[in-house]
Amino acid sequence: MVGIVIVSHSCKIAEGVCDLALQMASDYKKMIPAGGLEDGSLGTDPMRILDAVRSANDGDGVAIFVDLGSGIMSAETAIDLLDGEFPARIADAPLVEGAVVAVIEAATGASLEEVIQAAENARGEEKL
Amino acid sequence: MGTKIYDCISRIAERIIENKDYLTDLDREIGDADHGVNMARGFQAVLEKVPRDSDDVGAVLKKTGMTLLSTVGGASGPLYGTAFMEAGKVAAGKEALTTGDVPAIMNAVIEGIQKRGKAVRGEKTMLDALIPALEAYTEQLEAGSDLSGAMDAACAAARDGVEFTKTIRATKGRASYLGDRSIGHQDPGATSATLIMEAVRDFLRG
Repeated sequence: MVGIVIVSHSCKIAEGVCDLALQMASDYKKMIPAGGLEDGSLGTDPMRILDAVRSANDGDGVAIFVDLGSGIMSAETAIDLLDGEFPARIADAPLVEGAVVAVIEAATGASLEEVIQAAENARGEEKL
Repeated sequence: MGTKIYDCISRIAERIIENKDYLTDLDREIGDADHGVNMARGFQAVLEKVPRDSDDVGAVLKKTGMTLLSTVGGASGPLYGTAFMEAGKVAAGKEALTTGDVPAIMNAVIEGIQKRGKAVRGEKTMLDALIPALEAYTEQLEAGSDLSGAMDAACAAARDGVEFTKTIRATKGRASYLGDRSIGHQDPGATSATLIMEAVRDFLRG
């Protein structure tokens, strides 16, 4: 099963996105938040993201969702540090909508490619 | 034994910590007002976590990079973290650095930052200080200058680079949201990169 990591500068955002997305698939166990710094302050930490990515991996790879700015650079750094241990990719998708779609896909056994694709399709959804 | 690589790293850390408010004020003008705070937090952790007695230059630089990665918190974490880790790769297994190692290290630092930040020269970033600094250093060495002369030239070029960032628009990072309003302000990242180079120069002077 594909794992999912939610990266945000804010611990509350990362945990909140996980809570919200898991409403769609409460049995899904491989969604891990990686928000803020270790001391709880705002920021992003590649090492914390790396740990989350490793915890989320079940053997089928991990889809990573990021908020903005250094969230992206920190996630890219984490992937570099992973050094090809298993596949991990950043979805170019909106954080909340992308995560919700991804959980549904991942929980039904979709591949990493399918999870990323579904989440990236969420980018075009109009709200009004 | 004489000086340790830690002594150089600690000079860098002290310089950054002394300039915490200055860097944050620069970042308040065109960013999110956290550059000084983030850098000071990262280098404070470096002072605490990097081994004081190690002669392994590569390992100390790598540890510095890893520490910055997980403690800085903003984009400068991955950028400076990558920079020090790349420098560590060049210095792997070395117990001392020579005049000729400096350009190789600076080159690795610049390439690491370019790759991580997907930036090139002229985008109002730390590269606008580092690239001219490397050019000036290399030029001076080729002209027969010693380490001290080459480092002086590199630091002067980095300062000029910081001045140059006032004249251009930011196209990377938080400042890019400001568009033309970023013109007139110096880049905090180019400034911190210059402070680091100056700290190394002053360390080498003794």
